[in-house]
Amino acid sequence: MLEIKNLYANYGAIEALHGVSLYVDQGEMVALLGANGAGKSTTLMSIMRLPPPEAPLIKQGSIFFNQVNLLNVPPHVVVAEHGIALVPEGRRIFGNLTVFENLTIATYARKDKNQIALDYDAVFDLFPRLNDRKKQRADTLSGGEQQMLAMGRAFMCGASFILLDEPSMGLAPFLMQELFKALKQLNENGVTIFVVEQNANIALKYAHRAYVMETGRIVLEGKSHELVNNPEIRKAYLGA
Amino acid sequence: MLHSLHTCRYWILYALFSFTIIFGVHHEWVNAYIQLIMMFIGINIILSSSLNIINGYMGEFSCGHAGFMAVGAYVTSVLNVWLFASDRVFGPAVLSGNWILLLFPLTLLIGGLAAAFAGLLVAIPSFNTRGDYLAIITLAVNYIVKSSIENIQTIGGARGFMGMRKVVNAMGDVWDIPWMMIFVLIFTGFSVWVIWRFVSSTYGKGIIAIREDEIAAEIMSVNTQQMKITAFMLSSGLAGIAGGLFAHVLGYINPGSFTIMKSTEIMVMVYLGGMGSLSGSVISAVFFTILLELLRPLQVIKWVVIPLMLILLMMFRPEGIMGNREIRDFFPGKRK
Repeated sequence: MLEIKNLYANYGAIEALHGVSLYVDQGEMVALLGANGAGKSTTLMSIMRLPPPEAPLIKQGSIFFNQVNLLNVPPHVVVAEHGIALVPEGRRIFGNLTVFENLTIATYARKDKNQIALDYDAVFDLFPRLNDRKKQRADTLSGGEQQMLAMGRAFMCGASFILLDEPSMGLAPFLMQELFKALKQLNENGVTIFVVEQNANIALKYAHRAYVMETGRIVLEGKSHELVNNPEIRKAYLGA
Repeated sequence: MLHSLHTCRYWILYALFSFTIIFGVHHEWVNAYIQLIMMFIGINIILSSSLNIINGYMGEFSCGHAGFMAVGAYVTSVLNVWLFASDRVFGPAVLSGNWILLLFPLTLLIGGLAAAFAGLLVAIPSFNTRGDYLAIITLAVNYIVKSSIENIQTIGGARGFMGMRKVVNAMGDVWDIPWMMIFVLIFTGFSVWVIWRFVSSTYGKGIIAIREDEIAAEIMSVNTQQMKITAFMLSSGLAGIAGGLFAHVLGYINPGSFTIMKSTEIMVMVYLGGMGSLSGSVISAVFFTILLELLRPLQVIKWVVIPLMLILLMMFRPEGIMGNREIRDFFPGKRK
């Protein structure tokens, strides 16, 4: 479905990626692990090329999604036409708007009214708490609820492929579990998921496969259950 | 269905309101001075609500609205004087006066289109600029428009442009009813309706998303660049229509009417009413226009009193009269 080949990218003079290659197949849930500054977010931002200074400059390599090259495709087209949605780092919900308005804006480019109605139900099924707080201003939500809203919003874009940037950041452990369970649920409903995460413990628990990045390179890849038992991983990321 | 019924009700109310005014004006219940103020209220409603698209809903800072108004005013005036009045520069009337009632709204729209095009010229270079930079660009455009007009001698230069009185008289020759009042009412209603439809549609929600977080808007599939252009063109186009009306209500325009002072007045109306509130813009346009007239005896001191009131407003109610709410938010049962 998504295939990144030999990607080199930099922010100004700083080289962030040195030949990253990875792929995500349809229906998979794949995690991208690594420490701070390893280039995880840069990889994600190369797919969703936001206006500078958010996006890196890509020097070399290719990103194919269903045989379409995504380089130089503006983000709103990536979302609207290719069905890839991003849950950005720091959530970036619309704080002054209500929960429901946040979800409505996500349907901006969609015309399939019936499916939109079903999708609202699906989001509220997945996150009943959003349903309770439908009319509430989004910035009055707790951190976990805001993350749920950001995920629900990505789903409302009509996405079949969701990218997440550090969803567990700043959340209590039990909330992380809840969020990843919801992600798993989404995945089982047919949404392909690619999640960038520092918390290797939780990511490996739920993802099918994972990549590990260090200083702009993929250093390890494999099935989650294999990586969990990998002594290097255990030492570096799982604290055991 | 329910929605169209609601809209229908507003239209009927507005039509009744307009007929009352036209009837009253036709039978001279109010004198010419009050009529003039009523027409200025309509024009100011168009100006403030159209600027609210950019400064309120989109959260940008455009401070050259009078420049777009000038473009519309001059284009509409020149067209009408050329077509319907004998003028020193443009020669005798091209068309017979009977066409005027049909063509006048059209010339207003053409003036609006010209202003929208000017808006496009501003929007393109200001793509990647926000906040202060857009303010500077629009400020510069205001000056460019004013200075350009001052230096085009065919349309009067700094002396100004007249002949619109003859155009308005030509309307009266066809049928003697207060035509300018009618056109002001029609286009005020039209502008408010267009803006309301725009900001309450899913498409229009895109500009609110841009105000809240441009990056987030982009990843919510909003084409932010296109959206900015659309909003900017709509806003400046409506300002152009207001300018066309202004020129014909007054019968005389000069570049001095479209200075940064005028732009400031419009901005004051937007902030007084509340950013992102259409009814706020309408209410404050009514209020502010009347206030300006009431303070007229103070002459120059007026411009001490009004800024002072603005300072007080910013201190005690920085969100303006309405904040970002609409009138119907105060009637809970009426929300659909």
